[in-house]
Amino acid sequence: MNRVTLRPGLRSSKAVEIAITAATLLFLGAFLLLPLAIVFGEAFRQGVRVWMESIVNPEALSAIRMTLLVTAISVPLNIVFGIAAAWSLSKFRFRGRNLVITLIDLPFAVSPVISGLIFVLLFGAHGWLGPWLGEHNIRIIFAVPGIVLATLFVTFPYVARELIPLMTEQGTQEEQAALTLGASGWKTFWKVTIPNIKWGLIYGVILCNARAMGEFGAVSVVSGHIRGHTNTLPLQTEILYNEYHFTAAFAVASLLAMLALLTIVLKSVVEWKTKECRS
Amino acid sequence: MSITLQNITKSFDHFQAIKDISLTFKDGELTALLGPSGSGKTTLLRLVAGLELPDENPESRILFNDADVARKPASQRNVGFVFQHYALFRHMTVFENIAFGLRVMKRSQRPPKAEIRDRVNELLKLIQLGAMANRMPSQLSGGQRQRVALARALAIRPKVLLLDEPFGALDAKVRTELRRWLRELHDQLHITSIFVTHDQEEALEVADRIVVMNQGAIEQTGTPDEVFHHPASEFVLQFLGDVNVFHGRFNGSSSRFHRIDTDHPSRMLVRPHEIEVLLNPLGNPDAIPVQTHRVLTAGAVVKLEFIDSLHQSIQVHLSHADYTRTPVHPGMKVYLRPRSQYNPFVRSAANGYGH
Repeated sequence: MNRVTLRPGLRSSKAVEIAITAATLLFLGAFLLLPLAIVFGEAFRQGVRVWMESIVNPEALSAIRMTLLVTAISVPLNIVFGIAAAWSLSKFRFRGRNLVITLIDLPFAVSPVISGLIFVLLFGAHGWLGPWLGEHNIRIIFAVPGIVLATLFVTFPYVARELIPLMTEQGTQEEQAALTLGASGWKTFWKVTIPNIKWGLIYGVILCNARAMGEFGAVSVVSGHIRGHTNTLPLQTEILYNEYHFTAAFAVASLLAMLALLTIVLKSVVEWKTKECRS
Repeated sequence: MSITLQNITKSFDHFQAIKDISLTFKDGELTALLGPSGSGKTTLLRLVAGLELPDENPESRILFNDADVARKPASQRNVGFVFQHYALFRHMTVFENIAFGLRVMKRSQRPPKAEIRDRVNELLKLIQLGAMANRMPSQLSGGQRQRVALARALAIRPKVLLLDEPFGALDAKVRTELRRWLRELHDQLHITSIFVTHDQEEALEVADRIVVMNQGAIEQTGTPDEVFHHPASEFVLQFLGDVNVFHGRFNGSSSRFHRIDTDHPSRMLVRPHEIEVLLNPLGNPDAIPVQTHRVLTAGAVVKLEFIDSLHQSIQVHLSHADYTRTPVHPGMKVYLRPRSQYNPFVRSAANGYGH
């Protein structure tokens, strides 16, 4: 950190500064950069061709398709839920509002495995709704709907959490102004509300997307690990690793790592954009 | 267009913000809704705009000319509304802000693009911000933002212009400039306008008529002269400027006021500029003996503070000319006398205003 930016009372000596910076960098290197390097190192250890083969393997491709499908369903739904929740919680004051805000955080507080178990208890063969679902031949657990539900649950807070403080701060005056100028509720929403929350929304979507693609615990419980059918990328990575297909496991993992890097880049761009908009 | 409110009540939960108000705003007039915070003035304005709906009551009506709009949403009332904190669209340029109301019109009513551009440019000229068309709201000063907000409201050619404490967030100098400008603008456009303010000076200076509000009800309606010189209640007198309260009693049928404590106490309320200072009480048996406490000569008037025998503070404003005739300094014993026998507001406790 630059000394000039410190407040006078916090001015430290050069030695302490170097020590703290070094410790931080060392920590970052050991726990973040080194694993990342190992993932890519292992993935490409036998060359790009082997990496490529691991990726186009039918089971891996199926896992990629599954991950994309689950993300393609859960992210848009979360955008809609997130905006609706943030809208109602920030533009209106009602009894129990704080309770609802706390509830939105629930998926953050609960272990993902528990989140998955909730759905097994609800929809599993021996769950509350299991017999009824069985009679009507509807499969939720160990099938795509279960994976989507579990993913929705763990990713729900990202968009809403990002938007609630933003929309609360912005208030309702601009919407009211739009209404007095003759705009319908629909036009006000698209021309005033959405542009105002645009960058916060994109930020939330990036985080939501990363979590949806990377979720392991909750999905692991409900998916049943049926190869070529209900495996997502993180699950596929685990299976390959457990079966000692290290190169293939790291190849699949490298896809997730690339996603993570892309997320960080996009996140930084959005943060920079947001700052620019505010100044 | 004239606006008539009939039997309008508005409650929030169990709090009545507006209590059965009936009121008419005449066509082309600039009316001030004046009152302290919590008096319901902003709620009344928002009811006219349609941003609030009145409590259900078969008797209640909001008439624009003769059409009842009480249940119509804001978007269909064609009113221009200016918010205290501007509420400009932060992601749009000044130009786009002003054009907004025209662009969201139904396709059948929307003017062609060239006409929108011309109208916005015309308004930019009117608010003297032609060079700022491509700026973002965050790049403007408070006064400039409020002018853009006004232009935006005027762009849809509203039948009525509503302003909610339009100058409340601005500093003193910009405020006086802008309110003079608003008055001139109104004289050009003659659009029926209502503005909310808690600043009595602003209301007196700008408005054709003033509606003084208190606790959700109307205390008085009248021209600035009427409410200032003939206040209908003690509240109006107190709210429209400083006032001194004298306790005493009236002497029988004459209007002579005696400052003696009696069984029938009365109160006399006199504004600081309606009191004269006497160096000696000769010929004025009713003059009040006081001690000079503070003298402030820096300003348009000389502000004096006196302490009477009951240890009450009395404020007096003198012109500099009068002050040179009766120069006083702190500690000096002098006498005070209300300038006219008929004080602007005199009520005895029996008449219902005393405490």
